[in-house]
Amino acid sequence: MSTTSHHVPDRLQSSLQRRLKSWESLLLVVAVAIFLANSFASPYFLNAWNLSDATFNFTEKAMIAFAMALLIISGEIDLSVASIIALASTAMGAAVQVGVGTPGLVLIGLGVGMTAGAFNGVLVTRLGLPSIVVTIGTMSLFRGIAYIVLGDQAYRGYPESFAFFGQGYVWWVISFEFVLFGVLAVIYGIVLHKTNFGRAIFAIGNNPTGALFSGIRVQRVKFILFLLTGLMAGVAAVCLTSRLGSTRPSIAVGWELEVVTMVVLGGVNILGGSGSLPGVVIAAFVMGLVTFGLGLLNVPGIVMSIVIGALLISVIALPRLWANWRGA
Amino acid sequence: MLKRLVTSREAILLGAIVVLLGLIATRFPAFVAPANLASVFNDTSPLILLALGQMVVILTKCIDLSVAANLALSGMVVSMLNVVAPGVPVPVILVVAVGLGTLMGMFNGLLVWKVSIPPIVVTLGTMTIYRGIIFLISNGKWVNSHEMSPAFKAFPRAAFLGLPVLSWIAILVVIAFFLLMTRTTLGRAFYAVGGNPHAAVYAGINVGRTQFWAYTLSGGLAGLTGYLWVSRYAVAYVDIAGGFELTVVAACVIGGISIAGGLGSVGGALLGALFLGVVSNALPVINVSPFWQLAISGGAIIIAVAFNAQASRTKGRVILKSAEHAV
Repeated sequence: MSTTSHHVPDRLQSSLQRRLKSWESLLLVVAVAIFLANSFASPYFLNAWNLSDATFNFTEKAMIAFAMALLIISGEIDLSVASIIALASTAMGAAVQVGVGTPGLVLIGLGVGMTAGAFNGVLVTRLGLPSIVVTIGTMSLFRGIAYIVLGDQAYRGYPESFAFFGQGYVWWVISFEFVLFGVLAVIYGIVLHKTNFGRAIFAIGNNPTGALFSGIRVQRVKFILFLLTGLMAGVAAVCLTSRLGSTRPSIAVGWELEVVTMVVLGGVNILGGSGSLPGVVIAAFVMGLVTFGLGLLNVPGIVMSIVIGALLISVIALPRLWANWRGA
Repeated sequence: MLKRLVTSREAILLGAIVVLLGLIATRFPAFVAPANLASVFNDTSPLILLALGQMVVILTKCIDLSVAANLALSGMVVSMLNVVAPGVPVPVILVVAVGLGTLMGMFNGLLVWKVSIPPIVVTLGTMTIYRGIIFLISNGKWVNSHEMSPAFKAFPRAAFLGLPVLSWIAILVVIAFFLLMTRTTLGRAFYAVGGNPHAAVYAGINVGRTQFWAYTLSGGLAGLTGYLWVSRYAVAYVDIAGGFELTVVAACVIGGISIAGGLGSVGGALLGALFLGVVSNALPVINVSPFWQLAISGGAIIIAVAFNAQASRTKGRVILKSAEHAV
């Protein structure tokens, strides 16, 4: 497999490949345009600290989006990621009440995330259930458990050293979260585009039966991807909980939509089989810049969600409408 | 054989509801009094209406996650209309609500049919868009009980032959859907499109258009439920019925409607909704915190879908089964 990997394209056909290649450059142009528009629209935009704050709008979601991109390319989806954050955050909050220290909290957060991901993975790969329904179910179940534990209460009192993950800076305005975002982007990029495992993901997404006959352990790869997505939700839970300093059962509500939007905006085919990680990284910046710019203009959060929803639909609709129009 | 499977699944669900009621009755006999059961049914009526619309959509291999947002937007529009023009009679309000909901459903359907965007993406997107529009038109303000006209609020509660109008609407829609699904070409087309889209094309059925009609029906019912919801609870605001789309999908999945399409029945959707209705009404009675509701419907979805998958494993020949499982 490794010998042929240089000759098998990541994308289907050359014309499609060209379009997708230009998709990332198009996104980059959009990102730059939004950046310029923002700097004209608000005098507060071009400020190192403000820009650094802006990165918090997308770093946590993007970490999940990296794993979600791999999962969607393989033809599955996980809508329970925001609920996994709620569950992991609740577990960490409960651990704080019995005096667990920062390293223990991080382990609990990541552990709960992985366990939840494994639960999804077992239901999808072992029982052969459709991932959309399974994760709609676990979306209710995981957040439901957080509600059972917390009700209308909140967990507070996280140790001071725990604040580093969401509020700490590595150097000047470069936050810990931003560094983590960069490192994870590189790791996921290498895994997806430079390893056998990454080739297997594309193969499964394009033709699961073909992949199975080529000797790829389809179910195992998918299980690992669910596990990774859960783990990344756990990582995001650690960062977000640390940043907010408290846990409510409604934490990160609706994030699954933004994560999926980020992945689709990044050029990943929602039906699986194609996509690239650099695209997702640029999409993360685009979404972060849009929400931050609208925020500076005092646009309320719910109106931003209209923009996100419209973005999600138009990003998929426009290329198709354009292709139809050209074909006709 | 398929018929038998479906009916037996409904029988199992009916049995589960009866056992559930029996268990509750052992400690709280008042719960199964006819008057209380009627009020449980009335309480579940909005869920039944939405579940029927969702059933049709799921039968055609799609999903509609925008129903709750559609409901909330239709409800908000008619509430604001009522505030501005209290004299507008209820039939006009009903037409506006159903019409608006239908339009929103059509929008979903067009995106799925004409632009072939995956249904989950379309409705995830329109869910946030519809919800956001409520904020835009209402400025985040509530329409409270005292602002609504008495006639506006009275309609769903008005008693007719011992049952509130809300219950009667649910009963009528159930009957209408039963006739639609079993006695009309459109009803059979919903099954055909979901059961085997390629065969449906050869049978002369336009798959995309059938899916469009499914979304239109689901949207119309969401609009109708929107008016009934705001008038029954006498309040309209941005977040009403937030997350209710999941309960609706849960009712369908519990009712044995296969998410892969083509398999399910009106009776299943009705029983699935009633099951969740009984559970949510019983929780406060047996002194369990309402915070359990979310986890219970989540658990019920997973158990039901696992159960359904076991029952409908007819995916042709399974080659390399052993290899696939030698993970």
